[in-house]
Amino acid sequence: MTALLDIRDLHLSMHSFEGAAKVLSGVSLSVEKRQIWGLVGETGCGKSLTGLSVSRLVRTPPAEYTGGQILMDGTDVLGLSEPQMRALRGRRVGMIFQDPTTNLNPAFRIGTQLIDVALAAAKHDPAILGLEPGAGRRARKAAARKLAIAMLTEVGIPAAESRLDDYPHQFSGGMRQRVLIAMALIGRPGLLIADEPTTALDVSVQAQILTLLKQMVATHDMGVVLITHNLGVVAQTCTHVAVMYAGTIVEKGPIEAVLADPAHPYTQALLRAIPDRSVKRGQLQGLAGAVPNLIHPPPGCRFAPRCALARPSCLEGPPPVHTRAPGHAVACPVVEEVQHA
Amino acid sequence: MLEIENVSRVFAARKGMFGSTPGVRALHEVSLSVRKGESFGLVGESGSGKTTLTRQILRLDTPTSGRILFEGEDMARLSPAALRALRAKVQIVFQDPYASLNPRMSVHDIVTEPMLIHRATLGLNRQQRTDRAAELLELVGLGPQHLYRHPHEFSGGQRQRICIARALAPGPSLVLLDEPTSALDVSVQAQVLNLLIELQQRLGLTYFFISHDLGVIRYICDRVALIYRGEIKEQGETQRLFDAPESDYTRSLLAAMPPDVGRVAGR
Repeated sequence: MTALLDIRDLHLSMHSFEGAAKVLSGVSLSVEKRQIWGLVGETGCGKSLTGLSVSRLVRTPPAEYTGGQILMDGTDVLGLSEPQMRALRGRRVGMIFQDPTTNLNPAFRIGTQLIDVALAAAKHDPAILGLEPGAGRRARKAAARKLAIAMLTEVGIPAAESRLDDYPHQFSGGMRQRVLIAMALIGRPGLLIADEPTTALDVSVQAQILTLLKQMVATHDMGVVLITHNLGVVAQTCTHVAVMYAGTIVEKGPIEAVLADPAHPYTQALLRAIPDRSVKRGQLQGLAGAVPNLIHPPPGCRFAPRCALARPSCLEGPPPVHTRAPGHAVACPVVEEVQHA
Repeated sequence: MLEIENVSRVFAARKGMFGSTPGVRALHEVSLSVRKGESFGLVGESGSGKTTLTRQILRLDTPTSGRILFEGEDMARLSPAALRALRAKVQIVFQDPYASLNPRMSVHDIVTEPMLIHRATLGLNRQQRTDRAAELLELVGLGPQHLYRHPHEFSGGQRQRICIARALAPGPSLVLLDEPTSALDVSVQAQVLNLLIELQQRLGLTYFFISHDLGVIRYICDRVALIYRGEIKEQGETQRLFDAPESDYTRSLLAAMPPDVGRVAGR
């Protein structure tokens, strides 16, 4: 069975005045239907770039894909032409972003914006509107309007029909994010990339939006990549998690496996920095040192300079990935040796 | 140390070109007392009145009714000169370390500026101010080598350390921390929180900690108050409030919190 999304050994460089920064170095991730993958890591680790690459929204140049493939249902996105990409965006990949305020056009009613998206999607797949091919413009518009109302209702906006005529500023932050989810799902994408969808929201609203996302996965049979820096959000929502550090995935696997048995020293450090219930005052552990320079990354494991377990062999080459449990992969050979010793 | 008594703030109705806005009751009969040497947490969602309350404490805004006593003195009754002297005692660290440092000033100028403003109270000459700035930088985990650098040369966590050094410069006894770590990554957040705890122990500071992150509040605060639509819904010892919440609002907020990562994993 081919995966919905299969990123294979993706390498991305960003050209700058100081040289080429290797912002993604060998990212591999495979997402199937009904899986919600949490992509976590700190600022600048490449999680957003990974997400944007799937819809090929990274500007090239300055960026350059130096290797790897991004397979959507088996076709490599990196080899598609721009018109082919336009057919794919919103149809097979939907995206939602962090700030629900800036992603809606303040000058248009949300109904207009939703109907536009529905009509654009219908150009590539008329079935979305439920009409016979060759239906007239007016029929298409009416069907698009109906679809917009149905989607808004589905994402939990009360009195959807009357709210179509409202402008974005008449909605609260959480409601705007719901509108954007409706917009992302209107073309019935198989995959949804959600880039920090709840970071700008309060915790109570965040919980509602995450619950909604889970419902949408179940009803629409989608796969989701949820990009976040909040491991609590991942624990609340995801079925799988991939931890990124400096452009590489250091650990990935089913959520229970990774959280119960975090193997990579970076994952462990990240978990120790979270103020959980059990942590007493003053016991929280930060992570010393800084993220490596990606123009001249350290040879071998990129986490080695900050790692307590690092040994000379860590600097020799990229750390081999080994499987700790079914589906649970870790890019650190040392942990295994230490634990077996 | 800080007594807030029945403070209300109403923003008056306004008529403008595009119609009128109704009056907003931003704070309603808020009463809190912060004890010397403790960390007091204020939790609330956006729009609940956290910032409005902070502005009243800093006297950047005047309450419609009620009063605020700092070390027993009613701030509204102070002369302008006395108020200025008192401001050295109450300092603030803001949320966004990228926006709250002037990019054109060196760290030296940023940290010595409050000492210059409060020179009447502090009585430090130029050399003493520079020496104290260097000491403060060391206190927050930076060093004198950073004095003549500019904000863009620092990471988010380092910038927040500079903001903390600036707040400590005039020798405050009360520090307001307005979401000081919400713009930072978790590993950096942990470092900054630990720095704050260490500084509190070393300097005997009192913290008024504003956040919407309940995990951070639980970690750092002795007592907490929950504010919702301008009213205090519940206040009490942190442990008690998290273990046995009394109001429905507190319960719903705790229920919305992401679960402990360790507990999901069954550890």
